[in-house]
Amino acid sequence: MNKVNVEWVIEKLLFISAISSSFIVFFIIIFMLHEGIPALAIGWDFFFGMDWSPSNNQFGIFPIVVSTFVVGIGSLLIAAFIGIPAAVYLAEFSPRWVHSIVKPCVEMLVGIPSIVLGFFGLMVLIPLIRDSLGGWGECILAGWIILAIMTLPHVISISEDSIRAVPKGFKEASVALGATELQTIRKVILPNARSGILASLILGMGNAIGETMAVLMVIGNPNIPWIPSSILEPVSVLTSVIVIGINYAVWGSMHQHALFAIGIVLFAIVAILNAITTTVIRKGVSR
Amino acid sequence: MCHSFYFGGGDIMRSKTKTKSKKITIGMRVSIVGIIVFAALFAGCIGDNDIKTLTVAGSTTVLPINQECARLMMDTNPGLKISVSGGGSGHGIKSVGAGEINIGAASRDIKSEEMETYPDLKAVGVGKDSVAIVVNRANSINGLTMDEVSKIFAGEITNWKEVGGEDSKIRVLTREDGSGTREVFEKYVLKPSLRDISKEASVKPSNGEVRATVKTDDKSIGYLSLGYVDTSIKALGIDGVEATVENVLAGNYPIVRTLYLVTNGEPDKLESEFIDFVLSNDGQGVVEEMGYISVK
Repeated sequence: MNKVNVEWVIEKLLFISAISSSFIVFFIIIFMLHEGIPALAIGWDFFFGMDWSPSNNQFGIFPIVVSTFVVGIGSLLIAAFIGIPAAVYLAEFSPRWVHSIVKPCVEMLVGIPSIVLGFFGLMVLIPLIRDSLGGWGECILAGWIILAIMTLPHVISISEDSIRAVPKGFKEASVALGATELQTIRKVILPNARSGILASLILGMGNAIGETMAVLMVIGNPNIPWIPSSILEPVSVLTSVIVIGINYAVWGSMHQHALFAIGIVLFAIVAILNAITTTVIRKGVSR
Repeated sequence: MCHSFYFGGGDIMRSKTKTKSKKITIGMRVSIVGIIVFAALFAGCIGDNDIKTLTVAGSTTVLPINQECARLMMDTNPGLKISVSGGGSGHGIKSVGAGEINIGAASRDIKSEEMETYPDLKAVGVGKDSVAIVVNRANSINGLTMDEVSKIFAGEITNWKEVGGEDSKIRVLTREDGSGTREVFEKYVLKPSLRDISKEASVKPSNGEVRATVKTDDKSIGYLSLGYVDTSIKALGIDGVEATVENVLAGNYPIVRTLYLVTNGEPDKLESEFIDFVLSNDGQGVVEEMGYISVK
């Protein structure tokens, strides 16, 4: 009898732990909607307005959303360009000693706090861009590089795992049929690891878009953001607008509501990217 | 399942029960120790209630004054703990109105909409300040006219050679919307000529960051609270008047503003002690030492 009671209590405790995270998500969404709806209600001028100028009561986020995607996608392309070949090498070619040096380094990259990366960008990258390419140094390119460094370890780790997960038999069969190692990688291994690699990229982009401190320090944050036409132009992203504005927004004003509405937009973008990642992985598994 | 293992596994079963009971005792011990430690901590808090705490936050312009005054006050009152932080004028006013902090600092007047939300706010002027236009030390320019300054910040003049400098683009730095320093700058420099700060100006979220960027970028121009001007950068004269405390006091320099400490309702004993200290001779000495202008 006593034992049953204990089991019952423990089971309920486990249940509470399990649903608490759903409650937190639910609560945060309600709170954000409550604070953000007055700005979302502006509608067209909020989502597609071209000017973000709170003191003039203009809250158009379109250029900021575009810049956010430009920064996110660009950094992802750089990370993919370096990360996927690196994953192929680590999974297929690397001798044990190279692997034992490179892998811990990649994992250490995850541990660098974003503020440290931002500081590195501010002190090293920006003067470098300013002196060699012109412009102010604080620009899209600097954001790309810093974010690529942050996404790279995730792309490499997940891609390597999914390449390793391709059954050995596939590779042996391909080699036995006379294909070279490179042909095998291109025609057999990469197509089979595709869903994992794609998932790592989309997940990486979700992280990149939600990233704040490092980006804030290197992208320039113009007074009124516009849609960039060159990678040397400064931009604002959703996260940087929130961070810069939140301390200065008069509480209860439309400015504050608009910042929360930006939070909702950001939340929606990241949630959609995560959903796509899950679908891609599930598809890969069922195939 | 239990049956089939019963005979052979009797010893194992027993020893398992033993470990379990041992585990419980360890768990109980840990929790008893935990309760004692917690109780001790709690008692400690109650025992130490003669420590008085005061929180001050807000404008980064007033921040150095508050920090130094808090340090001096805590030196003479060991039982007093004052925590001082920045966050901006808007943050200071909002937090004090919401009761999150004791005293808010503002480098601008309280807005009417803030007064509506928090009708009990009381502001005391503790110092005066000005806003200086600053450039990199390598810049050959030493002064501009008010008209040139407003055209540069509005993005109508974009090259240093148009105002007598080298042939290079001007990079305009600004503070974020809602900053007290920005509001004062706009009020005196841009609003009279109905201009707005250029779209392309880079937003820097504090006086310190504007100064750091001007220090490292030789093409940039920004504006700073007078108290943040030091030898690492160069303050420009406006219409031939240098940005100095003397010129602001004499009314020659065109920009002047009041720095406030704000309380929600009448200040209580501890809050008025701090405000009185900032207003005392020692406190006003700090105001002058930090590069601002005393109200005395």
